[in-house]
Amino acid sequence: MKVLVAVKRLVDYSVKVRVKADHSGVDLAGVKMSLNPFDEIAVEEAVRLKEKGSATEIVVVTIGDKSCQDSLRTALALGADRAIHIETSLETQPLGVAQALKALVERESPELVILGKQAIDDDCNQTGQMLSALLGWPQGTFISKLTVKNKEIEVIREVDGGLETLQMPLPAVLTTDLRLNEPRYATLPNIMKAKQKPLEILTAEALGVDLSPHLKTLSVSEPPGRKAGIKVETVDQLIDKLRNEAKVI
Amino acid sequence: MALLLIAEHEKDTLSPATLATLTAAKEFSVPIHVVVMGSSVKKVADDAASHEGVEKVWCVEDPALSYPIAEQMTKTLVELGKSYEFILAPSTTFGKNLLPRIAALLGVAQLSDVIKIDDNKTFVRPIYAGNVLATVRSDDPIKVMTIRPTAFDRAAPGASKASIEAYAFKKPEQPTATFVKLEQSKSTRPELTSASIIVSGGRGLQNKENFTLIEQLADKLGAAIGASRAAVDAGFVPNDYQVGQTGKVVAPSLYIAIGISGAIQHLAGMKDSKVIVAINKDPDAPIFQLADYGLVGDLFTLVPELISKIGK
Ligand SMILES: Cc1cc2nc3c(=O)[nH]c(=O)nc-3n(C[C@H](O)[C@H](O)[C@H](O)COP(=O)(O)OP(=O)(O)OC[C@H]3O[C@@H](n4cnc5c(N)ncnc54)[C@H](O)[C@@H]3O)c2cc1C
Repeated sequence: MKVLVAVKRLVDYSVKVRVKADHSGVDLAGVKMSLNPFDEIAVEEAVRLKEKGSATEIVVVTIGDKSCQDSLRTALALGADRAIHIETSLETQPLGVAQALKALVERESPELVILGKQAIDDDCNQTGQMLSALLGWPQGTFISKLTVKNKEIEVIREVDGGLETLQMPLPAVLTTDLRLNEPRYATLPNIMKAKQKPLEILTAEALGVDLSPHLKTLSVSEPPGRKAGIKVETVDQLIDKLRNEAKVI
Repeated sequence: MALLLIAEHEKDTLSPATLATLTAAKEFSVPIHVVVMGSSVKKVADDAASHEGVEKVWCVEDPALSYPIAEQMTKTLVELGKSYEFILAPSTTFGKNLLPRIAALLGVAQLSDVIKIDDNKTFVRPIYAGNVLATVRSDDPIKVMTIRPTAFDRAAPGASKASIEAYAFKKPEQPTATFVKLEQSKSTRPELTSASIIVSGGRGLQNKENFTLIEQLADKLGAAIGASRAAVDAGFVPNDYQVGQTGKVVAPSLYIAIGISGAIQHLAGMKDSKVIVAINKDPDAPIFQLADYGLVGDLFTLVPELISKIGK
């Protein structure tokens, strides 16, 4: 089984981003960038499928400018076999990305596509569902467990009401939740080896897709902050404040 | 031109998140149609029809819809949705799972987690775990969006009576996932996203046994229980208790965070609570920067004291 994993490079989860003075966007100058944590989990799951003998080849893909090749190298160091970079200088948005991935799926014919459930910069949580709909393949989103059974898979999804189990035939599209696995760290020898693995560069034009954004960000701002609270010394004081000042109990 | 609201329902009524989405829908000042899908949804349709502002309710019934599988619902919703100008669904796991599919097949973008409607093409939504708010414009012919339920009040049932019409189910042509089971965490406590008080525990509780402290305090207050990701990962509580960027977003009148440090991903899910209380032994824990009332100390002495005194 060939597995395609889609990844995105973005601001590291530990960074508290700042809005630019002119409110045109978020200041990314000198900020630490990483592989989206959910995508790291997607790569890890594919690698585990290969280690178990269910997957034969792992192809990792990203869409973005040249700097995104970092995240492809990271995925290769974690165990992906080869990488594809769809190069664009446009801002990537879920619909365009899903359309590009569909074109790539038609070229690569994987049996399983794994994506992170959301990118932690735009927090959209859309691309996997869009890809599934465009391909007409079944989807398993927000999954915390994957079991491959021949030409079928079973997934456990994290939903608002608890844990949902679904079964579906392959090919299928999956998106990862945080508890699916704990990604390994890339070892130094594997980081070195990743530099030798194949990385192909494509353009959206070559795939016949239009990546032009549909949504325009007019401005960004910081949310209204909360006014600083107080420290109370004792449990009695806390109860008094909640009862008589905040009047919430 | 009109607005289509895709209803999420539980038992015989619209879900609370759907009611909040209805309030958001009213801001567009266009006729609102609600679509209800299921194997037998007469009662839900009646509930939807009783809400002020709803002009029509579409009823789609088929045995294949007995459990909401996104692929089963897609074709019908794309067919129905293409004659609307706006398509809305709540930003719950139901809406997030389904709505991007509809947008993709209509060839338009989707906006996630809209918290404010500036005008009929300009919307505000949180990005970067809610640390930034983006004002976004869509020029697509159909605006498809999920609404963050905590940002809008829930619509109350009115005395109105919208028309209810059947709409034919369009069976998907391609393979779909099939439902096996749903493991629900059983609880007699209020539901997390609609509770007015939430007591939330983190890694500081150390283990599942100690987490009963959170439960006891919650029961004294008639509160729901929440948790940080660390507490869920460690198995203290089930996944659906997780509050945060990738869990549930809540905005109760009182949120009590116990043994939770206040990582940005956790704050993303609770910082719009009316009153925040933090109990933590580390005076520098980031949670204190947004807590209205902070109590520094060992939770293992403070929480039992709180439990014994608060009910009195
Ligand atoms: C992509 C991504 C998404 C994430 N999504 C979420 C999310 O949705 N929700 C979420 O919660 N997290 C999320 N996280 C994880 C988040 O970054 C933090 O790791 C997590 O919130 C920490 O949980 P915690 O506060 O319980 O644990 P810790 O950070 O370990 O804090 C424990 C706290 O307990 C206090 N403590 C310990 N013992 C005592 C005691 N005896 N008395 C009093 N206080 C005590 C400590 O001082 C400390 O402040 C996400 C992370 C990533 C990378």
